[in-house]
Amino acid sequence: MNMQTTPRLTAAESALVEAFSGQIGQLPGNGAVIGSRDRLLDDLKKSGLPTRRIESWHYTDLKTLLRSLPATAPASAIDPIAPVLEGSTVLSVLQGAATSEASIDGVEVTTYHDQLVDGSAAASLTALDKDDAIGRINGSFVRDGFALNVPANTEVAQPIELQALHASGQIHTRFPATFGAASKATIVERHQSVTEGDAFVSSISDVVLEDGAEVTWIILQQQGATDTHLGQIRIKLGTEAKLWLFVVNAGGKLVRQELRIEVEGEGAELTLRGVNLLGGGSHTDVTLVLGHNVPNTNSTEIIRNVVFDKASGVFQGMIRVAPDAQKTDAKMACNTLLLSDDADFSAKPELEIFADDVICGHGATVADIDRNHLFYLMARGVPENKARAMLVNAFVAEIVEELEDEALVEALEAIISTWLEKHA
Amino acid sequence: MNYVRKEIKMLEIKNLHARIAEDGTEIIRGLNLTVKPGEVAAIMGPNGSGKSTLSYILSGREDYEVTEGEILFNGENILELDPAERAAKGVFLAFQYPVEIPGVATMQFLKVAMNEQRKARGEAELTTPDFIRRVKEAADKLKIDQAMLRRPLNVGFSGGEKKRAEILQMALLEPNLCILDETDSGLDIDALKIVADGVNALKSPDRATIVITHYQRLLDYIVPDTVHVLYKGQIIRSGDKSLALQLEENGYADIIGEAA
Ligand SMILES: Nc1ncnc2c1ncn2[C@@H]1O[C@H](COP(=O)(O)OP(=O)(O)OP(=O)(O)O)[C@@H](O)[C@H]1O
Ligand SMILES: [Mg+2]
Repeated sequence: MNMQTTPRLTAAESALVEAFSGQIGQLPGNGAVIGSRDRLLDDLKKSGLPTRRIESWHYTDLKTLLRSLPATAPASAIDPIAPVLEGSTVLSVLQGAATSEASIDGVEVTTYHDQLVDGSAAASLTALDKDDAIGRINGSFVRDGFALNVPANTEVAQPIELQALHASGQIHTRFPATFGAASKATIVERHQSVTEGDAFVSSISDVVLEDGAEVTWIILQQQGATDTHLGQIRIKLGTEAKLWLFVVNAGGKLVRQELRIEVEGEGAELTLRGVNLLGGGSHTDVTLVLGHNVPNTNSTEIIRNVVFDKASGVFQGMIRVAPDAQKTDAKMACNTLLLSDDADFSAKPELEIFADDVICGHGATVADIDRNHLFYLMARGVPENKARAMLVNAFVAEIVEELEDEALVEALEAIISTWLEKHA
Repeated sequence: MNYVRKEIKMLEIKNLHARIAEDGTEIIRGLNLTVKPGEVAAIMGPNGSGKSTLSYILSGREDYEVTEGEILFNGENILELDPAERAAKGVFLAFQYPVEIPGVATMQFLKVAMNEQRKARGEAELTTPDFIRRVKEAADKLKIDQAMLRRPLNVGFSGGEKKRAEILQMALLEPNLCILDETDSGLDIDALKIVADGVNALKSPDRATIVITHYQRLLDYIVPDTVHVLYKGQIIRSGDKSLALQLEENGYADIIGEAA
């Protein structure tokens, strides 16, 4: 029997459809962009939000977890805040709208709004695969952001902070960034809510490192306690490109951070570090899909999770090594401190290796605070709550301290200890 | 110099019975011991007799459960206090096996611990320069390299370096009751002398020291006022420093034989 059924939409799904029809003629974009938006929304309508039956969303059943949506972004006056790294050039996107085009020496900066209007953004409004809900949502609704183009051989002296601040509402931003051959830069991609009230945020960064580029990219997610954050970073690494990718989740109610990385040039190196600070009743999912597609590349991934209260966390780490990607060296680890009986964390490392001469490994641990460590500190007079905080801090500090930039280490440690003081 | 003030008791352990919380095995079986302010008490005894267990129980480790008896510290029963509260009252244990704690910066830890100790005594927090000066002075005396202090707590320290770091902490925290659990093991001959000097420098009429050791060698440097033999969870013999020399000569066989 072949029956045509109209799928029943959940409240959140209908809200998305309504938000889209409500904004027809208002979302920026030329004909090609509008065509892409329509297609993506159509696909989203057909598939609905992903459920646990879809493997890549198994631990984050978005259809069930996303109950409703806030109204589309109401106007809200927000001021930029001080950057995480002193001396950074700040490019602010406030309540979903890029503020200005701060000029950066030697870097081409355009707003994503302009790229939508002139149509140059159309090609990137895609879903990466049939289950790419974030690609569909963001592509349908995205309004603004910043596009960076760092020319070849340019060393960007100051860090650049992409500062996305918002109040409540639906916010969809995009940050394409291309780093030319042998260029160098540090980017902080920061998402933060500045008021109470629910927000539904999607953001995609499209990052290309051309041959020999060296980039440190920090994602700092500090959304509000009732916010949904759907983040995605799409990365391509060229020959001998070096990327330090550091992801910190320290906020949000429902969070999915997708890291979709293709290593496409020989000699490329990826260092991925993640810190997930989870508390309250939040749900946070970090999903990595990493393709080692050519010979002689290496990567290390370390994810450290601290889970309090009734929070739940997920790390899915998929590493694919292509058939001719010999001499790939990839090591992945996911370590979790579970600090309450009601907290939980699911780690799902996966290796798909089609080449034979490779070194690949993964490990996952879940533990409570080491009682010998706790006793030692307390025996020196450090009260229990402080001693615990020190040990939790230590657990994540270990990977933060690997960063070479002292200022960056200090800034991240400050964010982490502030969060811990509030939650521990 | 002998500081023992006869009339006062700093530590009084009365008929102490304690077992491993997890499996109920009794380790301390009716132990009595009194230590006076200014006293250096040595505890000796065969492997596995309960010396480290006693030191852990004194510092409040949760893995052991006291089933009978009491521990009075300056007249106060401390059994209900957690390790940090006991430390605040001046109990300090130099561990037989100090743990490595990755990610905890040694200097930051020292600062927190010293300031907690000061808080307990009603003193103001140390300024950073004052703190650094104190650490540097104490470290120099113990011939501890500054580079070591820039590492995470005890991480990658050699056996002897760990023991020296314990004594550094003791010197900085200025406890009333110092418990040294085999601080001599793992120390080379020069380090033994340096560490013993560090311990002796802390001697005062208000401070008592319990030295757990297997060897007379340490007691040549840190001369005990009293020597106690711990065997199967009890003190089976007490005496003065000559008892340690006697043990060095004859081993434990005679004493154990008499006690059995
Ligand atoms: N947490 C524990 N779990 C199991 N057994 C324990 C535990 N703590 C102590 N014991 C046992 O209790 C006994 C006493 O141990 P303890 O470490 O106190 O001996 P010790 O006198 O310090 O010996 P040594 O001279 O070798 O250091 C030993 O048999 C030891 O195995
Ligand atoms: Mg022992």
